[in-house]
Amino acid sequence: MWTSPEALAAILGMAAVSFMVKAGGLLLSNRLPRHGFAAAWLKHVPGAVLASLVAPALVTGSAAEIIAALATGLVFWRTRSLLPAMAIGVLTVYLARLVLAA
Amino acid sequence: MHFADAPASLSRYCSAMSTQLTAVDTFAAQFLAGARACIPVVLSVAAYGMVWGVLARGAGLSLLEVVLMSGLVFAGSAQFVALDLWTATPATLPIGALIMAALIINLRYLLLTATLRPLFRPDQTSSGALMMGIVSDETWAVTMLEMQKGRGTIAFLLGGGVLAYACWMLTTVTGHLLGSAIDDPATYGLDFAFTATFLALLLGMWKGRGDLLPWAVAALVAIVSSHLVAGSWYILIGGIAGSLAGAMADRVRHVD
Repeated sequence: MWTSPEALAAILGMAAVSFMVKAGGLLLSNRLPRHGFAAAWLKHVPGAVLASLVAPALVTGSAAEIIAALATGLVFWRTRSLLPAMAIGVLTVYLARLVLAA
Repeated sequence: MHFADAPASLSRYCSAMSTQLTAVDTFAAQFLAGARACIPVVLSVAAYGMVWGVLARGAGLSLLEVVLMSGLVFAGSAQFVALDLWTATPATLPIGALIMAALIINLRYLLLTATLRPLFRPDQTSSGALMMGIVSDETWAVTMLEMQKGRGTIAFLLGGGVLAYACWMLTTVTGHLLGSAIDDPATYGLDFAFTATFLALLLGMWKGRGDLLPWAVAALVAIVSSHLVAGSWYILIGGIAGSLAGAMADRVRHVD
């Protein structure tokens, strides 16, 4: 079976609301003042969102994830480059899980 | 034309040519730079795409439904939650709940795309809004880092976006086709790729002590709300709390 009217309705509905919030953020920000409190707030959003994304994952992680996070941070600090930081993080978590599970 | 004028007019001609070329060249160069900068985060997108494809097959989505959902919804976390609600029999499909879940999970994009405002002139925002469909957490974060270095363009955002979109389509379809023949990414530590890249991106955004308070507030509020509220609300709640704290601290210190 290819699809059903119900599935199509669900997917189109999901697509519509997803696009609305993505487009809505930019359109709403265009109405915000470009100076003062609103501008200062917008400036702090990226760091705050990233910190919110990362922090719960690190706190709930096992020892392997904590060690890998430290390795990721160290490599990024030395290289300022994403790819080696991510590669070392993945490699460290892989090895740490092997060692800690043994 | 006098022979003596030739070099001057030639150089005028060349400089006119190169101005024209630069406009095209800058867009293409920025587009490619954006795609190149997004390679590390796209690897994490690929790992999640494979897993989603495998799970989607298990949840009863057809190949066409996978193509439609990945292509039109293009939001990883919303698509994962949809699989929990999906039913193989169309008659029992909870259409309203699926749409509501997608809306709630994607609410964080209100914050994310709002921060892309500096890329667009005020008169460009309506056309810019149409481009927002291709924004994902990953390519947003890479573009944000680029903007903090004083660079970052619409083309850069689109380059990363198109690469991530192509990769999401390719890997979700591959996952669906190959099914359980694919290993769990956790076997190779690839489940950590997401946390690792976002941690590195966060560190890259560090500008100075002024970031300490908003980041700490965001992290603490996100940790607490991830325990109290189910789903991905913690990103939105932590993001709003942290950024408000930063703006209030700036006001107290009379920065800006």
